[in-house]
Parts: sequence; structure tokens; C-alpha cells
Amino acid sequence: MIARIVTRLDWTRLGLLGAVLLLASACSAVGWNWDTPMSTVIPKSDFGKVTHGIFMLISWWTLGIFIVVEAALVYACWRFRERPGAPIPKQVHGHTVLEISWTIAFAVVLLIIAIPTIRVIFKTQEAPAATALRVDVSGKQWWWEFRYPQQKITTANELHLPVGQTVSFALNAPDVIHSFWIPQLGGKRDVVPHRVNHITLTPEVPGEYHGQCAEYCGMSHANMRFRVIVHEPAEFEKWVKAQQAPPADSPDALAQQGKTLFSQSTCVGCHAITGISAGHIGPDLTHFASRKTFAGSLMATTPDNLTKWIENPEHMKPGALMPNLGMKGEQSKALAAYLLSLK
Amino acid sequence: MATHAAFMPGAKVEAPTFWGAVASWLTTVDHKRIGILYGSSAFIFFLIAGTEALIMRLQLARPDNTLVSAQTFNELFTMHGTTMVFLAIMPMSAAFFNYMIPLMIGARDVAFPRLNALSYWIFISGGLFLHVSFLAKAVPDGGWFGYANLTSHQFSPTHSIDFWMFGLQILGISSMLAGFNFLVTIINMRAPGMTLMRMPVFIWMSFVTQFLIVLAFPAITVALILLMFDRFFGTLFYSPAAGGDPLLWQHLFWIFGHPEVYILILPAMGIVSEVLPTFARKPLFGAPVIIYSGITIGFFGFGVWSHHMFSVGMGPVADAAFSITTMLIAVPTGVKILNWLCTLWGGSIRFQTPLYFSLGFIAMFTMGGLSGVMHASPPVDLQQTDTYFVVAHFHYVLFGGSIFGLFSGAYYWWPKITGKLLDERLGKLHFWLMMIGFNVTFFPQHYLGLIGMPRRIYTYAGDLGWNFWNLVSTIGAFTIALSFLVFIANVIKTARAGQVASADPWDGRTLEWAIPSPPPVYNFARVPEVHDRDDFWLQKHGDGHGGAPRPKPAPVTAAEIAAIHMPSSSYWPVLLALAMAMMISGLLISMYQVIVGGLLTLFLMYRFAMEHHRPPDGHGH
Amino acid sequence: MADHAATHDVHDPNIGNTGLDHRKMGMWAFLGSDCMFFGSLIGTYLAYKGKSISGPTPHDVFDIPLTSYSAALLLASSLTMVLALAALQDNRVKVAAGWLLATAAMGLHFVLNQVYEFWTFVHHHDLMLSTSLFGSTFFVLTGFHGAHVTGGVIWLLLLVSLAWRGKLDRRDYTKVEIAGLYWHFVDIVWIAIFTIIYLIP
Repeated sequence: MIARIVTRLDWTRLGLLGAVLLLASACSAVGWNWDTPMSTVIPKSDFGKVTHGIFMLISWWTLGIFIVVEAALVYACWRFRERPGAPIPKQVHGHTVLEISWTIAFAVVLLIIAIPTIRVIFKTQEAPAATALRVDVSGKQWWWEFRYPQQKITTANELHLPVGQTVSFALNAPDVIHSFWIPQLGGKRDVVPHRVNHITLTPEVPGEYHGQCAEYCGMSHANMRFRVIVHEPAEFEKWVKAQQAPPADSPDALAQQGKTLFSQSTCVGCHAITGISAGHIGPDLTHFASRKTFAGSLMATTPDNLTKWIENPEHMKPGALMPNLGMKGEQSKALAAYLLSLK
Repeated sequence: MATHAAFMPGAKVEAPTFWGAVASWLTTVDHKRIGILYGSSAFIFFLIAGTEALIMRLQLARPDNTLVSAQTFNELFTMHGTTMVFLAIMPMSAAFFNYMIPLMIGARDVAFPRLNALSYWIFISGGLFLHVSFLAKAVPDGGWFGYANLTSHQFSPTHSIDFWMFGLQILGISSMLAGFNFLVTIINMRAPGMTLMRMPVFIWMSFVTQFLIVLAFPAITVALILLMFDRFFGTLFYSPAAGGDPLLWQHLFWIFGHPEVYILILPAMGIVSEVLPTFARKPLFGAPVIIYSGITIGFFGFGVWSHHMFSVGMGPVADAAFSITTMLIAVPTGVKILNWLCTLWGGSIRFQTPLYFSLGFIAMFTMGGLSGVMHASPPVDLQQTDTYFVVAHFHYVLFGGSIFGLFSGAYYWWPKITGKLLDERLGKLHFWLMMIGFNVTFFPQHYLGLIGMPRRIYTYAGDLGWNFWNLVSTIGAFTIALSFLVFIANVIKTARAGQVASADPWDGRTLEWAIPSPPPVYNFARVPEVHDRDDFWLQKHGDGHGGAPRPKPAPVTAAEIAAIHMPSSSYWPVLLALAMAMMISGLLISMYQVIVGGLLTLFLMYRFAMEHHRPPDGHGH
Repeated sequence: MADHAATHDVHDPNIGNTGLDHRKMGMWAFLGSDCMFFGSLIGTYLAYKGKSISGPTPHDVFDIPLTSYSAALLLASSLTMVLALAALQDNRVKVAAGWLLATAAMGLHFVLNQVYEFWTFVHHHDLMLSTSLFGSTFFVLTGFHGAHVTGGVIWLLLLVSLAWRGKLDRRDYTKVEIAGLYWHFVDIVWIAIFTIIYLIP
């Protein structure tokens, strides 16, 4: 039955109709929302803007070439379709002038693209001014460490920047290759072991941005995310001061219980809390609760998430290198309360 | 030597028994049979890799999905890429090289028929070895590109990377052996009068491809050897702690990897260059230019590799240099499209299934090529690389390009190979489902990449605006799958009750259409003499400038057929391939197996070499 | 052409329509490929030259007189290879076998020298594959070259064995010639390795 239907329908006409409908819906741009949290086409930094300029230049040219070529293809198929009884067409072998012309034309278009490209390559890789804010980025399976050597701050997964000031990132990875990428602020730069890469940009619009690792780095590559908060300068200074302050010492009983438990557990081997522990394998937790997300920005910093994480990290994040220390019930709640007090 | 009596018209040939048939396929050295072996194997691997893609798309259809684990997804994208590149597209191209190259140059077989068979058996053992990893529960999970130092023993302690590493080495040997074979065949076995410039463009593209294979694979061979030594013998090639540079892997890999993508596309371009003139009834427009473009692409393809590395921090000078070389290579690639367009222009176009797929190739490859031009600009590429934008790009060129081109070849040459024409209606249905499904799957991925979706992620958060078009992309993927079911149905229907094909069902232009469908084992009863490109067409229709058609040659005599010598079957190729597989798989099992396998390999190589050393009929071979 | 086809097909199936032998062309194609192989290994050595963070340096371990002698051996063996072919051309099979044996012997001597060299590096200088980048790159590069020489020696000895058993003569010239091409290639690669790795400081 199906076979009969299949062989009776004119698939050519149906197919053409389907393709046209598809094309129309694609062009209608319904659902093509460009203002999304990780969009690359609404740049919010100087770096992003200058590369977006070239992107638009190339896009218009390629769109033009696309329309011309596809239209010519469709037209040729229609105009030169075989008519019944038609003779063998003229056996044309080529046209040297035409071929040379279109080769030159194409090369010229590429030149138009190449010149600003080369200029931007050099401009965006210039050494930053001495007044730039310095941030050392360390990509580790599967989270991000950010150190501000000038302000002597170490934090994780949440990067804070002042608007309008150039920031120079020094990128390194102690384990495998990662890639540091904040789409709304510009292109990515790989983070390679035993090599320091650099990327420089000036955020121009305050706000909260998403970043993500963009080089496959193992099991939880998809979960190696981070947040970027761009502040007005005054707000940024407030943040810096808060990060430089010693850790909060909450009087809350549960938090105190957690603090004791933390100091006595193997937590101290991996994590640093100023004045309490000096581990450097996992994220610095001194101001853990000042961050809206944790575990490579995979989860929101809430009591529930934190408790579940402490009890079984691997369950929440496949391959997580934080071992399961067997903390349950009261213990995990206490630790969570302590960590949440570290604002 | 095969007895000549079997070739005589009217000779009685006994129907083979089942095991007789198996033995004849295992020991065949006939390029046509080897082509069929490659083609069927490639198609099966293609379905496997396609299923892996469908599972991935199901996982990505919704945010925070839990259909498959992170580990499984990472294995899926690794195997999907590896299988599609090395076990589907390359061997499918090899199927056409094997079947069609001798036919189109007027030869009776390739230069080294037993080496040809050996290539196939090594290929299939490599493909099986890679898939044994599923049974061993150590499926490769380092990506198809296996970047160091994630692949080091420290970060990939299981055997999964070893399966990948050795699998690729085996496949590399297979491809290189075939490369040597086809290079010699094309240079040395063309029919009298077939100068290089009179060769069909498919042969030219295949010729360039073989050069790329033999010159590019050694780079990945070395990269994999260095990885093997790091993993097994503690060397420090990719060890950052010892001063090693993980980027060494990337350079070696992409010095192979970029020519590899031309290896994947040039055969399809060659097919399209044959199909378009046949169905437009006009010669290929600017055939010499297309040939020179192919040579240029092959040559300069070795100079662009670091455009895959724009984000690693090579510095502005290297970035700029590779950007320029990449843009330069876009020129010969792009002008080919205009040549193909002009082939159609002014023609008398017959819309049959092979042509549909070639038209689809042009349309889709144009799009893939244009997104490639975007990637050629490093600043722009820094936003696009490692996102779904580049996934869209390479699927447009590899699927929209290579796969569509290969299907065009399949429909085009099916009657020659099987003696039957695939059903036209089902063929068109296949085309439209695949065309629409393909675009629904991959066009939205440009958008997803531009709004920041990275690649190689097993899941994503639901508040990033990626949900809807991921779902759409998944629906497209299943439409593609449906189109393959139609193709399979067509193959089955045609095998059972397909329309019988004549020698020349399409009014073709090249030599393969001058012989019966399917061809006799010796291909050409009399080796043809060639006076022009498209010589067969000119024999049929004259040169279109008023000259009379070329005089038809005298009919072939029985004595001519009796004088034909074809190479006899041999079991050394399959045995040697088995010994090599035993030796290499021993590296994951036991040293004894390696030693025994190695000795066996040496012994069988000796016997292989000596098989025709002093044959009884006096022909030193 | 028609009358040619009517006679029994006696042309040598190894000779193509260009007049060149398939096997020679195939060997050239393989050697081109092998060039890229050694090029990648040499490139790796050069990329890592001077970058080892510990362990003995090339200067500490290289015995230039010994390796010069080895280089001379290989060069001489290329000469004996040519002499073998010349003898075979004149159908002086036993003489050819003698020269082939000499070639193989010198090749074997080269490999044994190399084994000795590796042994002293490991036992006297504590330089192993895993010691440093120098150890890794040196042993893998020269080791694969040595493996190529070993393969060549086995091939030559097989040819000698065939000659002694009366199974090799002037008809097999091309087969021995392609062994010669391979042997000369291996020699040339050694010249490159010797110069780049041993001689250039």
C-alpha cells in the first residue's frame, strides 16, 4: 500500500514545495533571537566589536555570493531543462576570459576580507597597556580559577571585571588543554599546559555574562562553565575589598560546626580558606558564598545543591575530581552552612 | 592464471556452492569485486555512525537531558567522527576508485591486484578492531581528533585511546597501500592515446587524492607512534611536565588532517564532474581549469593546516600567514562551482536521480564553502571555532558535499556495477527527504553556534536560548534516517525486480559505458584506443562541429578474448591481513601474541611476495 | 592495433604503457611517503632540540667517530648494492649474490653499532626513552631508521638465499633494483639524520 502511494506521488514537485517552504521559514527569522546569554553577535567589548565588524563584512559578501550562485543554479535548472525532441546542445568547452574574470573577482573579494582581517589580528594581539587589570586564569578539569595578582585575590568560576578598563588575561592549564571563552565579550583563547597564552579586552557594558570551556577536555567538558560580572568601577572596588577581607566568621551554630568539621577533614588538603587551610587543588573557598554558582558554574549556590554536591560530587557532575568523603546528613548540612556563610 | 576457457562466450560456468562463493570473495583480486566489498562495508559503517549521530541528537534534543551519560556521549561523538571519516566516506570513495578507475582509463585491473585485496582486508580488520572496543567496554572517547595531552595515560588511563590509536594505524596502512596502487595504475595503465589531459576528471581528482593520501598519512602515522610510545613506553613527546608541547600533536594531526578533508571531498567533486556533463549533454566547462584547480588544491592543501589552530595562541604572524594561505586556497575551490554551473548552462538537462544528488552537492557545498571562508579569518574564527557553527560548516561540506556526491555516483554507476537501474521514483524520494532533512538538521546549527553553543558537549542549560533549534535539528536527523530507509528499500527492490540496464543507460561520455553492464571480468575485450577527452561520446555523436563520428572499431573476436590473461585469485592477502590484525591487537592482549603475529606477518609477506616469483606458465610477475 | 590484439598476449604485465615498471613506480611512491614519515620525525626532533629540562645532552653522549664509521658503512653498502645490480645485469648471479651479501653484512654491522650505541646511552649515560625529550626524540627517530635498515637487511638476505638456490637471475633485475632503491633511500635518510642530529651542534 505504502509502495503504491510512494510510486504514485510526484516527488519532484512535492520536494520542491517542501524546500521552498523550508527556505521561507528560514528566512522569516522567526525564532532567530540573537540577544541570548552566550550570543557572539551582540558584542559588549572592544574586542568583540572589532571582530564583529569583520564578521558582518564577510557575512554580507558571502550572502551575496550565496544568493547569486544558488539563484543561477536554480535558474539554469529551469531554463535549460530538456525539452522533448531537443537536439544535443552546443558542446562548449570553456571560455577563458570568463574563467579568468571570475577567478580575479573572487580573489578580489577575498582581498577585501583579508586586509581588515590581518589588521585586526595584529591589533587584538598587541601587548596591553601597563594600566591594564591583570587576571591569571587557570583552567582545570572542570572548573576555572581566577587570580588577580595586583589585588592579591584568588577566586573561582566567577570573574569580576570593571567596565571600561582593559583587562589582560594570562591563561594557563595545569592538566589538559581547555579554552577560555566569554562569547559576548569576544573570541576564545585556548588554555594550554606549560604555556601561557594571553587575551586582552575591554568590557564596555556592565552586566552578567556566561563563559564556557570551548575545547574538549574530558568527561565533564560540558559542565566547565563560568560567569563574568562586569561592574561599574565603584562596584568593582567594593567587590575587590570584600574579596581581600578575611573570611567571615558566622556565629551560627551549624556554620561553626561546619567550620570545625572542615578544618579536621581532608577538605583542607585541596581547598584554601584564608587563615584555615592552604590547599590549592580545588577552588579557593574563602568567599565561596559571594559567588552565585559553583562547581564550574554548573549549579546555583543554594543549600540544597551544596548539600547534594558535598554528599556525592560525582553524581552531580560526572567525573568530578572531588572525592566522595562520605559526608552525610548533619555533616553535609553543617559544611554547607559553613560554606554558605563565607560571603 | 585464470583459464581463458571460462571467458569464452557460451562457456559453461557452474553455480558456486555457498562456501565456494565465500572462498571466491575472500580470495578475489578482481578490482570490481573489491570495489563492491569496500562499498558494502562502508555503507554498513555509515549506518552505524549514523545511528551514533541519532542517539546524540536525541540526547541534545532537550536541555539537561539524561538519555545517555556524559561518558557515553563522549564516546558517541568520538566514534561518529572517526567512523564517518575513516570507515564510511574514505572507503566509499575507495569503492569507486576500485570499481571505476580501471574502467575509465581502459585498463583490465589495477597495477597490483593482490595488494588491492590486501588493502581491503586490512581496512576491514581496522574497522572491526575499532568496533571491538564496544565489546571490550573501552570505547574511544578522546574525540576523532584525539588532542594531546587528554589522550595521555594520565588523563585517559583505560584502553579506549589504544583502540583508537591502533585502529587508525591499521586503517592508515590500508589507505597508503591503496594509494601506491592507484598512483601506479593511473600513471602506468591508461589505454593507448589517453594522455593525462584526456583522462576523465574523476580520474584526475582521484589521482590528486592518492598523492594526498600517500603524503599526508605519514604525519598522522608519526603522531600516533609518538602517542603510542608515550602511553606504552613512557616517552615524553606530549608531556607538558617534561617540556613537551601538546601542540606538537595538533600540528602533526592537522598536517595530516587538512589534506584529509581534501581526500574526503575531491572524489565527490570528481563524480559531480562526470555526472553533470552526462545529464546536461555538454562537456564539463573548463575541464583543464578544474583539473589545475584540483592539483592546486592538493598542493596548497599542505600549507593551510594551522587554520584549525587559530585559537591556540600561535601569535599574529602565524595566524596571518595561515589566514592568507586559507583564503588563497578558497579561490580554486570556489571557481570550480562556477565551472559546474556553466556546464549546466546552455545544456539540455535530464532530471534523473544521479543529477539531483549532484545538484544537491553544488548547492550544499557552496554553503559549506562560504562558511569556510568565514573561518579563514582568525578574529571571526575565534568566535566560531569549537562551536556548532563549525559543526554546521563541516557537515555542509562533508555531508552536503561528499555524501551527496557519493550518492550521485552510486545512482549513476549502479547500472554499470549491478546491471540494474535503481528505481527513479524512490531515488527522487530519497533525494528530497535527505535534502530537506539535511538542511533542517544542520542549517539551524549555524545559528546555534553564533549564539554560543560549544561543540562536544553532552548537555546544555535550558536558559541559553538553544532549546528550540536543537529539537528542530534532531527532527531533521530522523528525516535523514528515513531517507536512508528509502534508499535501502530501493536497493532491495532493484535487486529483486529492478529494470535491467543496457551498457549505456545515461548516454555517457566516458569509457566505462562502452562495455556491458555489469562488465565481464576482463572489462575490455579489446583495450580501447583513445583520441580525445570524452572519446566514447565523440564516437557516438561526433564532435559537434560538423565532423563525422569516429569510425566504430571492428567487432571483437573470440581469439582476442582467449588471449586475455587475468590475475588469479589468491588467499595470501586475507591471511596476511589476519596476521597483521593478530600482531597489532596483541599489543592490547599479550606480548606473545605480538611476537607470534609478527613472525606470521613476516612469513606471510614472504609467501605473498613469492607467490608469482617463478610461476609454471613462464610469465615472470 | 587490431592485428596486435589478435596475437597471444606476451607483453610483460609489470611494464605499463609509459614503458616504466609498475613495481619501480610503486617503490618511488612508497619512498615519497617514507620521506614524509622521516620528515615528521626529524621535525619533531628539531622542535624539541634544546628543550629537555634534565638528563644528558647530545654533546654528553654522542660518539661521533663511531657514528661516522657507521655512516661510512652505509655509504659503502650503497656502493656494493650498485655492484650487485651491475653483476646481475650481466647474469653473474653468484657474484651478484656476493655483493648483496656484503651489502647486507654492512647493514647488519650498522644496526649492531646502533644497538651498541643505544646500550651505552642507557647503561653509561642513564639516557632512556623516558629520561628527557632528547631521549624520547633521539631513540624513536634513530630507532625507526634502524628498523628500516633491519627490514632492508632481511630483504637482502632473502634475495641472497634465492640466488644461492638458483631462483634468482637476470629476469629478476627489477625486483633487486627496487630493493636497491629502498636501500639507497635508507642510506640518504641516514645522511640527513647524521648531519642534523649528530653533526650540527
